[in-house]
Amino acid sequence: MDTDTWHLILTSFWPMFSAGITVTIPLALISFAIGLVLAIAAALMRISGNRLLSGIARFYISAIRGTPLLVQIFVIFYGLPQIEVRIDAYLAAVIALSLNVGGYAAEVIRAAILSVPKGQWEAAFTVGLPRATALRRIILPQAARVSVPPLSNTFISLVKDTSLVASITVAEMFRVAQNIAAFSLDFLVIYIEAAFIYWLFCLVLSFGQDRIERRLDRRVAH
Amino acid sequence: MSHTDAPLLSVTGLRKSFGDNVVLDGVDFSVAPGQVVCLIGPSGSGKTTVLRCLNGLEAPDAGVVAFADGQRHDFAQPARGRAAKEQRAALRDRSAMVFQQNNLFPHLTVLENVIEGPVHAHGVAKDAAIAEAERLLARVGLAEKRDAYPHELSGGQQQRVGIVRALALAPDLLLFDEPTSALDPELVGEVLLVLKELADEGWTMVIVTHELQFARQVADEVVFFDDGVIVERGHPRDIFTAPENDRTRRFLDRILRPLED
Repeated sequence: MDTDTWHLILTSFWPMFSAGITVTIPLALISFAIGLVLAIAAALMRISGNRLLSGIARFYISAIRGTPLLVQIFVIFYGLPQIEVRIDAYLAAVIALSLNVGGYAAEVIRAAILSVPKGQWEAAFTVGLPRATALRRIILPQAARVSVPPLSNTFISLVKDTSLVASITVAEMFRVAQNIAAFSLDFLVIYIEAAFIYWLFCLVLSFGQDRIERRLDRRVAH
Repeated sequence: MSHTDAPLLSVTGLRKSFGDNVVLDGVDFSVAPGQVVCLIGPSGSGKTTVLRCLNGLEAPDAGVVAFADGQRHDFAQPARGRAAKEQRAALRDRSAMVFQQNNLFPHLTVLENVIEGPVHAHGVAKDAAIAEAERLLARVGLAEKRDAYPHELSGGQQQRVGIVRALALAPDLLLFDEPTSALDPELVGEVLLVLKELADEGWTMVIVTHELQFARQVADEVVFFDDGVIVERGHPRDIFTAPENDRTRRFLDRILRPLED
């Protein structure tokens, strides 16, 4: 590679990396946190035994999982203004990503709750805990352990999916990469560099996932 | 029989079906204060379902469960919604269950397992609950395991914690569902020993068990179940040496002399 290319890689690294740290990761974290709340709510609605609540949750999960994230983002950012709902790009991104993660994580959490043996519910009941307390103090902590690996995968997917909001002008990492590429016309180098930075982030996250799992394993081994 | 008091618990006409499968077909029995009743019988004969009904884990289809102080539940008029919830809570206030698979909470320490009910269900102050839990753990020889997690214990130790968890609820009635069936043979003794000590201390206990030798030594009354009905009951000496019913005799023969025809 010639020196110009090296120069481009070095000078473009920092703008991309810092967009990753200051926009991509916070966007993923905020959306994941909100998505997790939605997911727990949807999972509990699905197992509630109440037809209406369970139906609403089912509809939400099916709609999210049955439609492309890019389309969801466009509906919120480009579609809603037509009915006079104007939201700025960053907020639209948070809403779309949160709803999306919520739909996927709901199924993960539901499966995790159902994987806790029935005997745990019964033991909780027999010591006198009401259903809601049993769920909160006995079932959910065990379900949390089971759901860490799949939820970590969901989070890692989310970090990569944030690149889709480049299409609605959010200045996250991939948008910055697109701008640099358009300016320098070195698409191959810049996009590969962007790919590497995403990869780097995901490696760090998988490492974190391992540590969380090992930590939880210490407390609950079978 | 040494127990002449009014029964602590009396059960009449208890019925329960799962679909077409009739599990309990009219069961009557009573337990006097301080009495140890062992329920024996083939698998699927309904013994465990009796315990689960008493602890509110199953709702019987019919029957009456009454306690000495007047608490009475008639299951012929099924409770619904809030009333059903209150009925289960009332039953659970009277009895505590020890499970075959111990069902300890794996994410909590031994001590946390024991105080979970007292603190988070019955509003006992945490300090008092801890003091009581430590006393009970010491009694079963597990004082030094208070901060261990269940998976760090042997099966016998886990089951002893299960027993302490039940004792900590200070129930009127202890229910044991095959407490030694899931244990390795060499661990059965330590659990049976605890049960025997509890019996000697005067706890009222209903024990579903296949340990006939144990039942013979500890039970005040043995109740033999088959096909959802009580076939025979009496003092263990009589049941084990001179069973009156043919089904009882065949069952005992199969268990006590498995290799003979």
